[in-house]
This record gives sequence, C-alpha cells and structure tokens, in this order.
Amino acid sequence: MNSGREVIDGRLTVEGFSVAARAFADKWKTHNQSLPPWSWVPLINRTLLLSNQEEGYLSLENILILSSLEESTEDESLNVATECSEKEEPVDHTILVQNQENEAHYYDFHIVYSASYKVPVLYFRGYCSGGQPLSLDVIKKDLPSCSVSLLLQSKWTFITQEEHPYLNRPWFKLHPCGTEDWIKLLSQSSISAGCQMPVELYLVSWFSVVGQVVGLRIPLEMLN
Amino acid sequence: MANEAVKYVWEGAIPLQIHLHKSDVASHPAPPPALVLAPRIGYLPLLIPHIKPYFKDSLPPGEDSIWFDYKGVPLKWYIPTGVLFDLLCAEPERPWNLTIHFRGYPSNILIPCEGEDFVKWNFVNSLKEAQYIINGNCKNVMNMSQSDQEDLWTSVMNGDLDAYTKLSPKLKMATIEDDFSRKASLSSPQSRQGATEMDVAGQVKTARVPVRLYVRSINQDFENLEDVPEIDTWDDISYLNRPFEFLREEGKCFTLRNAIESLLPEFIGDKAQTSGEERSKDDDTEEADGLLREMGEIKLARIQGIEMKLEIPFSWVVNNLMNPEFYLHISVLVKAPQR
Repeated sequence: MNSGREVIDGRLTVEGFSVAARAFADKWKTHNQSLPPWSWVPLINRTLLLSNQEEGYLSLENILILSSLEESTEDESLNVATECSEKEEPVDHTILVQNQENEAHYYDFHIVYSASYKVPVLYFRGYCSGGQPLSLDVIKKDLPSCSVSLLLQSKWTFITQEEHPYLNRPWFKLHPCGTEDWIKLLSQSSISAGCQMPVELYLVSWFSVVGQVVGLRIPLEMLN
Repeated sequence: MANEAVKYVWEGAIPLQIHLHKSDVASHPAPPPALVLAPRIGYLPLLIPHIKPYFKDSLPPGEDSIWFDYKGVPLKWYIPTGVLFDLLCAEPERPWNLTIHFRGYPSNILIPCEGEDFVKWNFVNSLKEAQYIINGNCKNVMNMSQSDQEDLWTSVMNGDLDAYTKLSPKLKMATIEDDFSRKASLSSPQSRQGATEMDVAGQVKTARVPVRLYVRSINQDFENLEDVPEIDTWDDISYLNRPFEFLREEGKCFTLRNAIESLLPEFIGDKAQTSGEERSKDDDTEEADGLLREMGEIKLARIQGIEMKLEIPFSWVVNNLMNPEFYLHISVLVKAPQR
C-alpha cells in the first residue's frame, strides 16, 4: 500500500502532493529569493465540502512582468520584478525594458493537484493593473518563444483555458496529459544513480520543466 | 451496452423557452421567446443555430458573443444541459425559462465559446480525462484517427446512439464493474466478449470511476423542493471533479450512497465531523438523534433527471447513466451539517 511517500509511475497521491508542495515552497524560499514565496492555500478555504486540512494548492500571485522589446537569445526567463521592497538588490536579469503597450502585466500561478491524472497541474492567469484579464494573445508575448511555437502547433492540447477547479473563474492551464511520462524519465535518472525519487523532490523536478514554459526558472541548488 | 436505459438517457430532452435579453432587443415589438427541445446530453451552444433565426432581426448591429443565463446566473456552457437543469432547478421548471444574450459576454466568469469547435474540444478533453481515470492512460483517445474522433463527436451532437455505439468500442474503455455487476453479467445468456478480455487484462486491484459531483448545500431542512432557495451565483455550488476509487473485492457491492459518501467523507456519513464534544457509546437515543442532526445529510441525488434511490448498486448507475464522455454527473442537494 503506497504510503504516499513514494513516487510511483511518475504519479503522486494527494498526500504525496501535500508533502511535495511544502518541501517545494521551503526550498523556493531558501534558494529563490528574487521572487516572493509560494503560499499554501488549504482547500477548506475554497470549498464547503472538504474539511480535511491536508488538501490544498500552492499559490504565487501578483508577479509583475514587463516583457522586453528585444528577445534575449540565451536567457529565456521572464523578466520578473518583485513587488515587495527587498533589502537585496534585484539580480541582473530582472532589469527591465518596458513592453510595447507600456503597461505592467501581473501574473498569478497556482499549482493544483489533479485527482484524475494524479499529477500537479499549473494554472495561471494574467491581468493588468486595472485587474482586466489578459487574453492568450497578449500572454503569448510574455511567454518564452519556444512555448509560443508549441502553442501554435497544438491549440487545444497544450495551454487550455478552463475553469479553475475551485475558484469559478477562467484560468489558463498547462495540460497534464504526458506529465507522468517525463517525470518517469526524470526519476529514472535518479534510479540509475541508485535511489528512488523522494516525494519531497517531485515538485522541484516537475517545476524545473513546467516552470520554463511560463518562463519561471528555478536555481539549480533547489534540485539537491 | 446499448440497452433500454442508455437509449432513455440519449433520448432525454428538456423543453426550453428562450427569451432575448432586453438589452439586446433593437426591434419593436420585442420578439416572442423561442421554444427549443434541448438534448440532456448536449450543450447549450449547440442550440444556437436553432435559436438565432428567431432573434436575428431584433438584434442591434455588431458582433455576436452568445451566452445564456438562468435567473441572472450565467450558464456554464461546458456542463451538459441536463446537468444544468437538474442542478439549478430544485423544483423542475417546464419549460425551462432561459435568457439568451448576444452581447456583453461575461469573460471574467465564463470561459470563451466561439463556436462548435470549443464545445467539441471540451468534450474531447473530458473524454481523455475519463479514459485516463478508467484505463490509466489516454492513448486510445489520442490514437483515434481524426475522422473517427470527428464521427464520435458528430454522433453525440446529433444524439445518434447507433453511430456512437459503433464507434465507442474503438476507445477500448475498461468496463466498470464490481462483484455485483460481474456476477450479473456472467449469469446473463450472452456474456460480452469484452468482459472476458477485461477480466484477464484488468487485474487492476483499484478501479477508478470518473465522477463529477455538483453539490448544493442548504442550511435548513425543507418540506418541498419549491421551498429550496434559488441559486444566486456559482459560489453557492461546490463542484468536485474527482474519481470514485474502490478496491475490487470478493462480495463487495457499492451503492450510490457509498460512492457519494466516499467523495464527501468529511461532510456526510459516518465520518462526518460533529462538534468537538465527545460522544460515548452509552448515549441514549436523544443524544444519538442529536448526532444525526449534526451530520450532513443527502436530501436528493439527481442523475439524468432521475431522483435516485441511494441504495442502487453504483456499477449499474455508472454503466447506464453516464454521459457520452464517460463521466457520471451527479447533482446533489445536501442539508449542511450543523457545526
């Protein structure tokens, strides 16, 4: 019986997700200080039905993005600025050029567990400072170019616009079909190194791939 | 399994009376409402070609972005029409009075629908998800030829059960069965060949069934359905898209009640949380009644418009009442636990 501490076939149990999420949020906070921390939102706050404190999702909101006019070829990360005043100086790649519309785009990211696919799913939405939601066409200009070309190839199966599972609002989602396959590939490399991927590292590994689609990089230290 | 019950489901329809929203009326007098029969397993945007002709002469100039509302609540077009009706009308309203809008799409609440393609892809994505739940992968849907996928969708759009029945075996969906249904099908004169194959291949211990649960929670008890307050917003409804999981065990038969309670364990049933006070086994009946009052209680479960007896074996419910994308949609009215 899977205690939830193992990653089997590239998939997670709901308990495993809670463990992995907390581990991910902790590592992020430690190693990725140029960005705000992820917070855990218990589902009990979002639906009447579940009073189990363990279920929830990760949330990273109000990320300010100003896209550059020239695309840099080597660094495809989003140019991200932090909202909050930090004592540290922002890192080089967050120095920004204002986008053509001269407006700030804000992004919210949620990592939600899919009970159907047994993997995490990334949901995101963009909006401008007035709160008006951004269309996919506008968001595409903020995404790294490789994501955009993938999008163009498969309009319906890569990034889809769907209702957020708990918030009754339209969000964009990265389609989870196929996640387990490439997670299995990632785990196999740790298996050949002689160890099973511990569940605590699941989201870190997952995000190292998925985050790139939306231009969020994670530092290599997080993978240790 | 194209049997009586499945035919009944495919033939189910809801009479709609569609009113043009007054802000879209640019003619005098205002047009009368359109009367349309909506298939339960269909989706509202598919009715637009039948409805638009009634109103096109009354519309103001400009581009259409069509949406529906029921008593001010914008209708989620990606939910099958029959489910919307079962959920939003506690006391069934016939004909069902809806308002159609041609402008002012509430895109902060509803995902866009710009044509039949959107509805089709919503269907295909749900089908993939259902197959993933049942089979453990969605490769059969993915490997279906473009024309087969088209034909499958067309059969659903047209309510053509015969065409659907010819195509759906290509999906190779594992059968959903527990001990009850297995024994039932073994004792029937014609055992389907599919069942035998699955028995060998389906050594899976844990079976998963795609379920979408729509829950309306009411605080007070009520005598009649017409006393149930109306829904103001979708926030009044809790939506759970998660599979029902069970172990295939000898002698085990799950009822509909078992399935619903297992999806809402904290809310209703034996495991429901009561107040923090301790309850000892020696409590007298008054105390026990108090306990019962504190638990949530399923007042009503509707599937395909049928008010279900909760003791019906769940496998029968799934196999006969699921939608064409292999999801079982259940609208539930619950009396909330008193906390």
